[in-house]
Amino acid sequence: MRNPLADKVVDIKPSGIRKFFDIVAEMPDAISLGVGEPDFDTPWHVRDEGIYSLERGKTFYTSNAGLKELRQEICNYLKRRVHVQYDWAKEVLITVGGSESIDIGLRAMMNPGDEVLIPQPSYVSYEPCAVLAGATPVIIDLKAENEFRLTAQELEDAITEKTKLLILPFPNNPTGAIMERKDLEAIAEVIIKHDLFVMSDEIYAELSYKDQHVSIASLPGMQERTILINGFSKAYAMTGWRLGYACGPKEIIQQMTKIHQFAIMCAPTTSQYAAVEALKNGDDDIAQMRTAYNQRRRFLMDAFRRMGLECFEPYGAFYVFPCIKEFGMTSDEFATRFLEEEQVAAVPGTAFGDSGEGYLRISYAYSLEKLKIAMERMERFVKKLREEKSR
Amino acid sequence: MREELLAIIEKNSRIGLQELAALLGQEEILVANELAAMEAEGIICGYHTMINWEKTSIEKVTALIEVRVTPQRGEGFDHIAERIYKYPEVDSVYLISGGYDLMLILEGKSLRDVSNFVSDKLSTLDTVLSTATHFILKKYKDHGTIMGQKKEDEREMFTL
Repeated sequence: MRNPLADKVVDIKPSGIRKFFDIVAEMPDAISLGVGEPDFDTPWHVRDEGIYSLERGKTFYTSNAGLKELRQEICNYLKRRVHVQYDWAKEVLITVGGSESIDIGLRAMMNPGDEVLIPQPSYVSYEPCAVLAGATPVIIDLKAENEFRLTAQELEDAITEKTKLLILPFPNNPTGAIMERKDLEAIAEVIIKHDLFVMSDEIYAELSYKDQHVSIASLPGMQERTILINGFSKAYAMTGWRLGYACGPKEIIQQMTKIHQFAIMCAPTTSQYAAVEALKNGDDDIAQMRTAYNQRRRFLMDAFRRMGLECFEPYGAFYVFPCIKEFGMTSDEFATRFLEEEQVAAVPGTAFGDSGEGYLRISYAYSLEKLKIAMERMERFVKKLREEKSR
Repeated sequence: MREELLAIIEKNSRIGLQELAALLGQEEILVANELAAMEAEGIICGYHTMINWEKTSIEKVTALIEVRVTPQRGEGFDHIAERIYKYPEVDSVYLISGGYDLMLILEGKSLRDVSNFVSDKLSTLDTVLSTATHFILKKYKDHGTIMGQKKEDEREMFTL
């Protein structure tokens, strides 16, 4: 029989996070700090609206691009929160999570041989999606000394004549890094100079702890070059509802809608009704969750400071990214021993790109009680490693 | 800092100073001073424990009592409220808008205990016009806490 598989797919490495979790499942006392989704339940009024839509029999497909009311509410929301104005009828597409937007955005934009710039460490799916779209991923290694922000120089250095698109993943998973207005302005200048496009993945936008999140689409001359991707998973704790969206120039959204139409039909209807309620009446829920995350973030930073562990202060998402280079082992070794000896699972930075070597991703989408126990164990572990080293 | 501080200790009054300061991103001494100030100002009135008595072997009965009273000249409802809240078995007293005036929450050892209080002490006060007693059969949620429910982390391991 001949090989049933496509080489392009077989060649893609599976995500490296999985193996840890298989071990965790076998350990009753293990604490996982590995999950990348909120620990909060979806706010009740949002769930209620989903239930109500089912009661009323709203169980049909919506239009391919998504419910009109939802697209309008998304436009209101983006205008209110990031000061960018979109035409709901032509410039918005509702997708199955933000992740579908990433996939079909790349497929709609990239020709074979086109280069897409992917700053790393970052979310694990950009690179495989780029490959599946036929593009050539070019990695930009972000640096701790820049607090894992992308600098104009780094961008400039990575650009070739084949470069077409930059993926801009901030606030960042796994580092928690953000890009502030001045950082984005420098990037925008390079983008415009080289006539490039940006795919701005702003799924963690609402989880910004310094100033309010700034979208690169809001900078002069950038809206026409930017696909803005966001969704409901992180801001409203709606991961399981699978709902996100892409906004951008109508030529691109139109082609994305075509792929979405043939591959997906439309995003889940119940989720779309619930999402309308989230956008209309969910600002307070976001604020409450943001406050809770922020307290945990401060708690972890304080814990690292007490154990003398180096960590830049991250102002976004729900991750901290401490440096473990002082122990002279790889991220993978550290994470493996941490799990085996203290039953705490954290994800090695290398799962998010080679430049994550020497770092650990710790998620604080966990209750304070759990984080407290985890930090006690971490302190003990760090002490032990230091003693081992000094011997 | 006050609002955030109060929100934290309203849910967990036993939190240590060091942790509290870390959560707020403040110096411990500042947080300690703020707590002391709010105690002095009467903003923080006590630190209580939520107990689900149903899970103990101790018998307790809780009743909500609606009370209609005649307000007194110059005193309004304050004087009669004071007469009532001085009874130690009275847990809470609220002045209410609507069909009646005061709402009491009363804790007693038994139904008889509560009914004795109502018939002997409460109803016999001159200014009390009428009472209606509702016994609480089950507490589902109290002070924002769902009683007896410990939620497990159901999130499945995921690859991102």
